[in-house]
Amino acid sequence: MTRRDLTSHLGLIAGLFALHFILPAYHHGVFARVMVLAVYAIGYNIAFGYTGLLSLGHAMFFGAGMYGVGIASYHFAIPALPAWIIGLGCGALLALVVGLLALRTEGVSFMIVTLMFAQAAYLVILYFSEYTRGDDGLVIPGDMRAIGSWDLSDEGTRYLLAWALFSIALMLSLWLVRHPFGRVLVALRENEERARLLGYDTGGRKLAALVISGTISAAAGGAYATMFGYVGASFAGVQYSIFALLWVLLGGAGTVLGPFVGVLFMTYLNDVASGVTEAYMLIAGVVLVLLTLFAPQGIVGEIRRRFWKDLP
Amino acid sequence: MTETTSKTKTSGLIQPTRRGALKTLAMGAGAAATMPLWARYTSAQSAEPIRIGFGKHATGIGAAYGRWYERTSVAAIEKINGEGGINGRPVELVTEDDGTDPRRAAEVLEKFANQSSCDVAFGTLFSHVVVGAAPRAGELKLPYFVCSEGHHVASGMLNRWTMQPGITDVKSQISAMAPFITDVLGKKVTMIYPDYAFGYDHRDNLAPAIEAAGGEIVGSIAIPPTETSFTKYFPQIPRDTEVIYHVMIGPAVLTFVKEMGEFFGPSRPEIFGFIDSLEATDLTSPGLEFLDGTYFWEGMPRYLQDDAPDYVTAYRDAVGLDANGASVSDPSDVSTSAHMFSCWETLHVIKAGMEAAGYQSTEDRQALIEAVEAMTLMEAGPAHPGGTKMFNGKTHQVFGPQYISKVEGGKLVVQKTVDYEETMYPDEVDYTSMSF
Repeated sequence: MTRRDLTSHLGLIAGLFALHFILPAYHHGVFARVMVLAVYAIGYNIAFGYTGLLSLGHAMFFGAGMYGVGIASYHFAIPALPAWIIGLGCGALLALVVGLLALRTEGVSFMIVTLMFAQAAYLVILYFSEYTRGDDGLVIPGDMRAIGSWDLSDEGTRYLLAWALFSIALMLSLWLVRHPFGRVLVALRENEERARLLGYDTGGRKLAALVISGTISAAAGGAYATMFGYVGASFAGVQYSIFALLWVLLGGAGTVLGPFVGVLFMTYLNDVASGVTEAYMLIAGVVLVLLTLFAPQGIVGEIRRRFWKDLP
Repeated sequence: MTETTSKTKTSGLIQPTRRGALKTLAMGAGAAATMPLWARYTSAQSAEPIRIGFGKHATGIGAAYGRWYERTSVAAIEKINGEGGINGRPVELVTEDDGTDPRRAAEVLEKFANQSSCDVAFGTLFSHVVVGAAPRAGELKLPYFVCSEGHHVASGMLNRWTMQPGITDVKSQISAMAPFITDVLGKKVTMIYPDYAFGYDHRDNLAPAIEAAGGEIVGSIAIPPTETSFTKYFPQIPRDTEVIYHVMIGPAVLTFVKEMGEFFGPSRPEIFGFIDSLEATDLTSPGLEFLDGTYFWEGMPRYLQDDAPDYVTAYRDAVGLDANGASVSDPSDVSTSAHMFSCWETLHVIKAGMEAAGYQSTEDRQALIEAVEAMTLMEAGPAHPGGTKMFNGKTHQVFGPQYISKVEGGKLVVQKTVDYEETMYPDEVDYTSMSF
């Protein structure tokens, strides 16, 4: 990891911390949500952006974290932090099981298998409505949304915790991709056969990447549940798997900063466009087409291509 | 100083010129001409409009409802403003698309509270969207008036800032229908419902209601929400079924009805459904002929009934409904009549609550909630065209009349109206004991 890498990423973290003190109330709330969702996108980026595993089922990991927290808090009155750790465990375990099965396939087949697993997970949530309350979802009780004296429903506390989680995920992602293990993941993405010929255990590395990716996604899902007080099946639906793909593609697949930029860009694009016209999805669609045409590597990917060749 | 200036100063006195005097007169005349519009608001301490945030299901699965919820809300706001606004202030509707998505709906509430300076939020229909957004309303301390008919408000799972004063909930609707089903249609009931939350509300509440009314559930068939063909489910209907109770919704409902017609042919059992299945759908659509002679629940009649009182016709005219419950400008654009009246009534409850609380600014939001909690009887009339209702301040839920209609010649004709007294059930929560 170079000094330049550290400076640029710590600069973003410092900037987000500074924004806590100056953002108006509405944007303060938006940024808190963006940071949590960016953690989800960071998790997805490790599988897709760095390892080349095109998953269409990552919402199941986000949902595993979310329901891990939700069921622990709602049914067993487990406080926020242990509940979040349970959510993390649920995501890791699910990623391990899904990885062991789905990684027997690759390419388009992997995409379809992950999509099917995610759909099965979504239907499981609906099926066990006695515990999950089906598609209505669960509202986390207020007293379960606290870590010690920190009330997570408080705007300031929520922002700072979202910032802390995002900072950890971002630096972890940066460390990972600069670590020899991360470079092997990139090698797998570029040419798996060659990596295998060089003696790497490609299956094991891909499984590890998927478990790390799923665990980070679950961390985001669990944090979302406890910070915003709601657990719903729609977060485990196919739409949220596609969101992760979209955010990463827009921001720049295989870049550490790309997921955050993608989430931020999409959030504000929809927000601003919806203030201009009711047909805001059309505006969003046109902007996405233009971005795909003129910045096919995403926003940060394009910056790397043009100005900053060694941007991680 | 030239002759063209409108006034000249001499010895400290203002000397009006002829042109200046004419200008002043013209401005005065213009202002006088518009006086009826603004004079109504002059008693207000602030002339700023009261801003009501409307979370519209403009996209996503609720879009058909969102379109009509907005039309009804706009019509209600026009009426309220025409009558002098609220506390002498004009009312403004601030509409945001929530995408029928819980995450977006929570963001929309944040936007209403922190960016658009809305006084209250209202209008959400789909229950998962309400449940997802309500915690944020509580955190933002933003009064959130929902029009959802879900049991989530009265069940106690939400918070003190969320209320449902304009539409009854599923539990009371079902309990009102059960005696009619068992007394008139038959005692042995098979229910067919979508295999997710909306269906579960019916599944969980129908069985005890039917049993209490002297009937029994002989079959219960859950159909996955992704299903597109239903023929394999119909053989599961027990032979001794006297009544089929169905609450299928979504784009496949036309196929469901058509295939049910093909399965039974002319010798069908009695059929009772919730109009939710066919909101925004023309009952004369091909394939729906099979529904002739079947019964539906309605929250408010879609078709103009012969005995409709004046305030109902006034409401329909204001919203732009023809006698068939479709848009007067496009007869193929069928409304969501059984639900959308709740927007009209909710906005009138907000008005009444703000007037009772002496609402002046967002500082008075808590007083508004307390004022609405204190409400009880809501008499049928221009503010409540859906009929006389009873609001329960403890559960934040209104109880009102339920309409049972029969399809006759492709139109719904009301057969029976169940008054609110027969739809009430014991309280499951007391929100007034919760802190703000």
